[in-house]
Amino acid sequence: MINQPELSILEAIRSALMDEMSRDERVMVLGMDVGQLGGVFRVTRGLMERFGPERVVDTPLAEGAIVGASLGLAIGGMVPVAEVQFLGFTHQAFHQIGPQLARYRFRSRGRFSAQVTIRAPFGGGTRTPEFHPDAIEAQFVQAPGLKIVCPAFPDDAKGLLLEAIRDPDPVLYLEPQRLYRSIRGPVPAGDHTVPFGSSRLVREGKDVVLIAWSAAVHLCLAAADQLAEEGVAASVLDLRTLVPLDVAGLIAAVVESGKAVVVHEAPVTGGFGAEIVATIQQEAFGSLDAPIRRVASRDTPYPPGSLEDYFLPSVRRIVAATRATVEY
Amino acid sequence: MIELLGIDGKVRGSSPMSLDKVVDALRLMLLSRAVDDRLIKLQRMGRVGVYGPVHGQEAAVIGSAMALDPQRDWIVPASREHPAMLRHGLPLKNMFATYMGNFDAAAVPDGVRLLPRQQSIGAQLPHAVGLAWALKLRRAGGVVAVYFGEGASSEGDFHEASNLAGVMRVPLVMLLINNHYAISTPVHRQTAAAELAARAEGYGFPGFVVDGNDLLAVYATTVDAVNRAIAGDGPTLIECRTYRMGFHNTSDNPKEYRDTAEVDEAEQRDPIERVRRFAIREGVWSADQEAAALNEIRSAIDTAQRQVEELPRPGAAAIFEHVYETLPPRLQQQRAEALDDARPS
Repeated sequence: MINQPELSILEAIRSALMDEMSRDERVMVLGMDVGQLGGVFRVTRGLMERFGPERVVDTPLAEGAIVGASLGLAIGGMVPVAEVQFLGFTHQAFHQIGPQLARYRFRSRGRFSAQVTIRAPFGGGTRTPEFHPDAIEAQFVQAPGLKIVCPAFPDDAKGLLLEAIRDPDPVLYLEPQRLYRSIRGPVPAGDHTVPFGSSRLVREGKDVVLIAWSAAVHLCLAAADQLAEEGVAASVLDLRTLVPLDVAGLIAAVVESGKAVVVHEAPVTGGFGAEIVATIQQEAFGSLDAPIRRVASRDTPYPPGSLEDYFLPSVRRIVAATRATVEY
Repeated sequence: MIELLGIDGKVRGSSPMSLDKVVDALRLMLLSRAVDDRLIKLQRMGRVGVYGPVHGQEAAVIGSAMALDPQRDWIVPASREHPAMLRHGLPLKNMFATYMGNFDAAAVPDGVRLLPRQQSIGAQLPHAVGLAWALKLRRAGGVVAVYFGEGASSEGDFHEASNLAGVMRVPLVMLLINNHYAISTPVHRQTAAAELAARAEGYGFPGFVVDGNDLLAVYATTVDAVNRAIAGDGPTLIECRTYRMGFHNTSDNPKEYRDTAEVDEAEQRDPIERVRRFAIREGVWSADQEAAALNEIRSAIDTAQRQVEELPRPGAAAIFEHVYETLPPRLQQQRAEALDDARPS
């Protein structure tokens, strides 16, 4: 189809950046290696040639300054899209993200706001060195004022990124690095946005719902394929945004079967899965027919790539947990 | 160290500041000290939470602010620069509201080129760099003046912000108010360096040490820095050597960590007294004028305090305002619960 080119997630992100920088001259991209090199993953390749070094800026190696300066840039009338090279390095910028960027509207009583998007790749499965794969998204959920977005498909990668850049509040936009080039799909051309707080049922099945976001959605889809061979029909819900959370969509998906499994790449204890489970039991306790299980990473530091398969959720673990849930 | 105005009120060479401006600065210094007195009193009465006085730092804060154009330049404050904020356009009422617990009334009004106070030490520095960067990108003219203390110079944000400011060559004036104490920690526990201004060289821009109790020296040095920034020559670091004559804030007791002899000695270098002597010497100030000015100040402070006291107290709804531009459903629900909880039973 001419209007729906097949793009990878990486290409979809790049095309959204191109479109938005063409549409709105206030939009600028800044971060380490984003200009000349086009980013360590080449997401921003071609942007500097097209928009010049004032709008596509290679910064010093300093996450706190990249984010903190983005707040000042936004106050000064720019619309920054900051790249932090890997989410695991946002700890160096954590104070600037949570207590500063996210609270600036509140602190200034609406006088100032931070229309800033922070892009950060994350997630395991690619044998990266320490800190590069850490899934620490739940740590940002406790930063009121921030929105957290995690696309799993090329069309959502574009739609959520355009929505993020235009959102008047700061958005942490998490990119599934293992899917950058491995997933291709149709992406609507032109102005395609996806509203925040709308989950997406990416597979329908009457027996149980698998709830996930980002790369874990694809683990769930693979698990659902296997379960189908055993005669278990699993639906898969992609939350797409953690903040705001689509509570109505989540509950609707759960009451359908009364059985749910939550899957994420962050360590299990205190992960966002706990919030999902708590929300479901409060809003849909009467509909539940089985305890909600979580399949997540182990509560250990992120191990070396050669050992990460012992740590991360796997299709096998999801299938086993889902089977136990269905058979409960 | 750059020094122009002696303790005796005599100027080396000619004054860089017009006499009209000297009188304005002196009035602002007197206002600052009167605000200190009032807010400390209100704190002791339980009507103000915590207050950190400017006492002793007036020349550094006001001398630098007088070099800025409120219609063109921005101020990014730390937390002890309210005279600069007032001079830049923050109404006195809003300043009192800040300390009297009414955060909506404390907001910086539209059009005033001022960011809110920053309670996290040094965190405002990257914001200031970004704002100055935006002025440069948008060819808006103007500079950003950012205030911070010697304690903040130990923070990572100081290093990251200074480095980025140098690389991007932004129109920034970095005003390091070295008051010699970060709560109880003296400056020699903050750094082994003889001077903090020397750090600027490491970031590729000039740094100057100035007598921070000398209104004219601070003013002249800041004027030069503003001119450099406007000309496109990038940032300047100005270390204003002053002394925190009061306590860190109303919860602090400096007697536990410093000698009164040291404070007595600092009194001799009081930043207001030497401006007063200068202004009297120049024939633009007198005891009568000062008495009249203090009356006006008292009346303005009474009015600001009363205006804040007369405001309705913020209620439960206030904590849900300005979290996001549009309140997400979860917060709408929490807001409804909080309003319900707050209803008199």
